[in-house]
Amino acid sequence: MGRLGGALMSEFEPKIVAFVCNWCTYAGADLTGTSRIKYASNVKIVRFPCTGRIDFMLLLKAFAEGADGIIVSGCHPNDCHYTSGNFHARRRWVIFRGLLNFMGIDVNRIQFSWVSAAEGAKWADVVNGTVTTIRELGPYTEYRKAADYLVQQDKSIIDGQEALIKSVSSL
Amino acid sequence: MSKIGVFICHCGENISATVDCERVAAEAGKMDGVEFATDYKYMCSDPGQTLIKNAIKEKGLTGVVVGACSPRMHEPTFRKACAEAGLNPYLCEMSNLREHCSWVHEKNEQTTEKAIDLVKMLVEKVKKNKPLNAIKVPITKKALVIGGGIAGIQAALDIANAGQQVIMVEKEPSIGGHMSQLSETFPTLDCSQCILTPRMVEVAQHPNITLYTYAELEHLDGFIGNFKATIRLKAKSVDYKLCTGCGACTTKCPNKKIPSEFNEGLGMRTAIYTPFPQAVPNKPVIDRANCTYYQKGKCKVCEKVCPTGAIQYDLPDQFITEDIGAVVIATGFNVLKTDFFPEYGYGKYADVLTGLQFERLASASGPTLGEIRRPSDGKVPKKIVFIACSGSRDPAKGIPYCSKICCMYTAKHAMLYQHKVHDGESYVFYMDIRAGGKNYEEFVRRAIEDDGVNYIRGRVARIYEKDGKYIVKGADTLLGSKPVEIEADMVVLATAGVSNPGAEELAQKMHVSYDAYKFFAEAHPKLKPVETNTAGIFLCGACQAPKDIPETVGMASGAAAKVIGLFSNNELTREPLIAVVNRSAPPVFSTCVGCFMCQTACPYNAIEREEIKGRDGSVIKTVAKVNPGLCQGCGTCVAFCRSKAIDIQGFSNEQMFAEVMALMNE
Repeated sequence: MGRLGGALMSEFEPKIVAFVCNWCTYAGADLTGTSRIKYASNVKIVRFPCTGRIDFMLLLKAFAEGADGIIVSGCHPNDCHYTSGNFHARRRWVIFRGLLNFMGIDVNRIQFSWVSAAEGAKWADVVNGTVTTIRELGPYTEYRKAADYLVQQDKSIIDGQEALIKSVSSL
Repeated sequence: MSKIGVFICHCGENISATVDCERVAAEAGKMDGVEFATDYKYMCSDPGQTLIKNAIKEKGLTGVVVGACSPRMHEPTFRKACAEAGLNPYLCEMSNLREHCSWVHEKNEQTTEKAIDLVKMLVEKVKKNKPLNAIKVPITKKALVIGGGIAGIQAALDIANAGQQVIMVEKEPSIGGHMSQLSETFPTLDCSQCILTPRMVEVAQHPNITLYTYAELEHLDGFIGNFKATIRLKAKSVDYKLCTGCGACTTKCPNKKIPSEFNEGLGMRTAIYTPFPQAVPNKPVIDRANCTYYQKGKCKVCEKVCPTGAIQYDLPDQFITEDIGAVVIATGFNVLKTDFFPEYGYGKYADVLTGLQFERLASASGPTLGEIRRPSDGKVPKKIVFIACSGSRDPAKGIPYCSKICCMYTAKHAMLYQHKVHDGESYVFYMDIRAGGKNYEEFVRRAIEDDGVNYIRGRVARIYEKDGKYIVKGADTLLGSKPVEIEADMVVLATAGVSNPGAEELAQKMHVSYDAYKFFAEAHPKLKPVETNTAGIFLCGACQAPKDIPETVGMASGAAAKVIGLFSNNELTREPLIAVVNRSAPPVFSTCVGCFMCQTACPYNAIEREEIKGRDGSVIKTVAKVNPGLCQGCGTCVAFCRSKAIDIQGFSNEQMFAEVMALMNE
């Protein structure tokens, strides 16, 4: 599978997804661009209306699909465009982090930060910092292996369910 | 089957300098579901947009991805182009190849690879996009102006003169604000009250303005065009319908030793009072905290002397609810008091005043009738020191910003002093003179050159009292920090302009953001200076940051223009990017289980309860329902939902998962 291909290269190029809010960090990343500040190209940004929107299932999905690291970033506390979305995100992160840790998932692979629309340089720092951290941690194969195993286990169950649904809908 | 069109923009050379745009388009053409892919030098230009429109028509596209600049820049442009070609605008997405790719990376293979990935991500998303229609909401054409200072007055008059209804709420018994306290105004030295009071009267008499004084905003619900404001009318204890404003009560009130707020504590008022002679409305209120009757249970002198029987001691606070369409915040500012400054005597020296107190001394309507006299002994000060930047521009005091008006009013104060005390000496300690504005620099030069005010560049370290004089110890940094010591009779501190004590609470009531200093935050520092982040709520004047009168008036007219613009339509069009709760056929109705976690998450109270009823009227199920008028589309509810019944249009679970999966799978 191509997913693990990066691990074989001499310098490991991690794949990092950034989940950012539209109003602060996305705009901050725009400012990084307008200011022509260079940063590592490993990070790809997914735009959300608010960090409060970010479902942690998406983070797990990203890991399962091959991400080596994840950045979640939004407005600074009290600056949320929607007044409190980032507080919800922060609370969720605190709880989720504990849960991940308990499950044996490496929380160091998730970088949670605040980057405002005015902090173009900070965004570049966050990206570069995360790339360095993840490069040291290496490719995140453990999660993928576990995910693939679970998928195989689930497949038989899902197939069974689909057969059931088909038989029900044909009634 | 999706037929997606991908359009890669070179943005001149902004993108193509580091990204191989031809290759991105070629790779995009190979992606699953992509019908057509091309690149062009300027996609946002007229020929570029025509290219997209023609492709939509000719190829019958079901979705469009434009790989160009940030969607924050040109998303409306391309969505409009799609709509013109007959494609639902919400089936168009932008991939940010400029700000997030070409501008931040070097020219190499990875950069082009990243661009391809970014395009792919949006191709997968747009496949899941659904056509949406803009939401239309009606507008209540009535504005609420909070604050009756010069900002509020100007905004209210402008809106009212445009033929729209205005409700003005002022917490003090009279409108007028800080401007009514000023003696003369810079740089023309015209009398503040002379130019303000006609405006105050105009507000009171305007047929389109409803004025509530001694009132505060209690609660604000709703959204742009459809707010519901609850206003607390504080008990005045005087029936204004009966009161003629004769003033018999205020002259006879036995409790005469209450420091007057209007005179900044330098004069006294009675318990039943009008703040100042030109007050609008010119009718008294009873200050219950200081009234003998309320505190000790007997007195009632005002009731006895009132010829019309207007005094009503048991009037409670009243609450009224008004439907309004827009709000203008004009709550103004405050100045630091002298007790903030330990080095200047902690407020214990009677003749160390704030600039605003000096205004009252210099004002013809003030406690000394315009003569500059020491509050302590009534003597005319022969030597006076003004200290600019008292608190301002001092990070150690927590106020790193410049209060903007102090340089000018300090020059004015020194000038007024020289005009009134011909043999007096005046000194101004300053950090820098910031006199940006029409005729401002000339004004300061006049104070220095014509009126002989001594300007000393340097800070004052300490003030202490010695033999009835105030010893001001400072340094003259233009003479190599030479120590300066002045024996002054009076010291005036140009104290920093700060936010009003209730500003934070008010901002939270209205869901408006504010900055670290509790000043209200504008939506954009340059391009949206009178808007707030909450649609339909505007701001003007010194509640946003300290500013002078001309700037305040300009900003107030700007806010008024925005309100008038909003009211020029009968309905408002809103983006349909809001949350919806799924509904399906019986017996499921909705996957919503009615836990209402979304209700606790929603910052806008947009989640309502909906009862699904059977034919016999019995409730089968209670599910959540989103009020499309209130929902702002943050999506916090989506992440909270346990049964994934609520989803946000435009950023749905399906779309977001598709993006993540597209990004990772190769």
